[in-house]
Amino acid sequence: MAPCEICTTNRAQILRPKTRSRVCGPCFTAAFEAEVAETITTTHLFQPGERVAIGASGGKDSTVLASVLQTLNIRHGWKLDLVLLSIDEGIQGYRDHSLEAVKRNSADLGLPLKIVSYEELYGWSMDQVVAQIGKKGNCTYCGVFRRQALDRGAAMLGVGHVVTGHNADDVAETVLMNLLRGDLPRLSRATSIVTSTPSASVNKDGGPNGAVSFTNVKRSKPLMYAYEKEIVLYAHHKKLDYFSTECIYSPEAFRGSARTLIKNLERIRPESILDIVQSGMDMAKLVPDTDDACKGSAETAQTEESAGGCGNANGTSKEGEMAAMERKLRENEQAEQDGTEHEVRLPAKAANGQRHDRDTTNLDIPIRTKERRGNRKAGRHAATPAQKLGQCERCGYLSSQAVCKACVLLEGLNKARPRTDIEVGGSGG
Amino acid sequence: MERNIPLTVEFTGGLEMLFSNQRVHKISIPARDDRKEPSNVGFLIKHLCDNLMKDPRKEMFVIDDSIRPGVLVLINDADWELEGEDRYELQPNDNIVFVSTLHGG
Repeated sequence: MAPCEICTTNRAQILRPKTRSRVCGPCFTAAFEAEVAETITTTHLFQPGERVAIGASGGKDSTVLASVLQTLNIRHGWKLDLVLLSIDEGIQGYRDHSLEAVKRNSADLGLPLKIVSYEELYGWSMDQVVAQIGKKGNCTYCGVFRRQALDRGAAMLGVGHVVTGHNADDVAETVLMNLLRGDLPRLSRATSIVTSTPSASVNKDGGPNGAVSFTNVKRSKPLMYAYEKEIVLYAHHKKLDYFSTECIYSPEAFRGSARTLIKNLERIRPESILDIVQSGMDMAKLVPDTDDACKGSAETAQTEESAGGCGNANGTSKEGEMAAMERKLRENEQAEQDGTEHEVRLPAKAANGQRHDRDTTNLDIPIRTKERRGNRKAGRHAATPAQKLGQCERCGYLSSQAVCKACVLLEGLNKARPRTDIEVGGSGG
Repeated sequence: MERNIPLTVEFTGGLEMLFSNQRVHKISIPARDDRKEPSNVGFLIKHLCDNLMKDPRKEMFVIDDSIRPGVLVLINDADWELEGEDRYELQPNDNIVFVSTLHGG
């Protein structure tokens, strides 16, 4: 039995995936904490004294994130004002158990906890949504609602920064999925440690000075360079209390396959995971107008991200359906701009839908193929600049459309109509 | 005549679902496998699938007769990669932990 490579005395217990170094438990947890601290300081993630909400699901990632941040905050005197923020989707037999784990974390760490429920925000729990629309496609609702719920919860707490537990494996998965979908413009969001810095104009318009409105909440993922394996081992060695579960409504899907691929690669060559993350970051730099694309499609891209934070980690988000719904919503908007109405069937035809997607959200991307250029209509191109990130006329949330996606989905629910009946003209308002 | 080897086996990270929702199991397994070789972790895994698993979703634990990628194995609190993986020969009172990293919050 080889000794730890750091302290050279204790028995080695962990084979670190990124360096293949053999270290003991105490040296591992110290190194893990030091690396997260380095990520935070080199990216200037936090302001001294900043109020930060930790998106807490009770699962391994957010439990480790909360524990590490609390530890580092005390150790380095960052003076961060940390709170736990949990979303209760209203799924009996799933979220109720993990919320108990969050409550125990709150007590163990001495951090206040705020729970925001879909029911109080939207008048619908996910159990009720599923009763209405069935299991198929419910992840779309959940993802759209969660994104806003975290922002609204943060605003209720007066917090302008939400951190989530996305890890390197999650980011690598998302990078792969974007590659497999031909969706390079989304790489930037997937691989940025800070996402969703809302546009300044919205900030100025919204709310009194200094107050946090739910339209100007910053998002970041401090664990994006941390291996999932090490997160689990950190929780194990620190004896953290977390809850593992699967959402009862989400079946295996595209993300699950990407996840399996990543885990298989990790077994053969563990460095692959961080290498994919790095490749994603490098490729994102090669995609022109990435920032503009991000702003233009901020709402849709954000939904994508929150889906990752969902069961995600468990590889069960229905990304495909989410993407289809997003395309459909964008097509709706395009139809309005074109002055035409066309019913879009679900599931949207991938190839067709994706072209719409690119036309509306990403203006000029030179590296695109001729095929796509040929496909673009002049009128469509001209209409694109009209799409600006503004606020939903109903709820005030950030939206590139007159009415945000959550409000569109809610309207459908409230009219007691099944999801396939959401129409182009009617829903747009 | 060799006796059985007593072991403590633990399932976490969602794997307990497959094993009667019970996290810690005190078991004993034959000291020699079918080929009269000293029992190793590979044999233990097969033994667990055949004797202890109560759930049909075996693929959450084992794929193609080896541990599913994404499931961590700890032998006496150390990565099994440091201990010879499935070829590690079990000793009396060893503590073997299986942790899934595949399940969410």
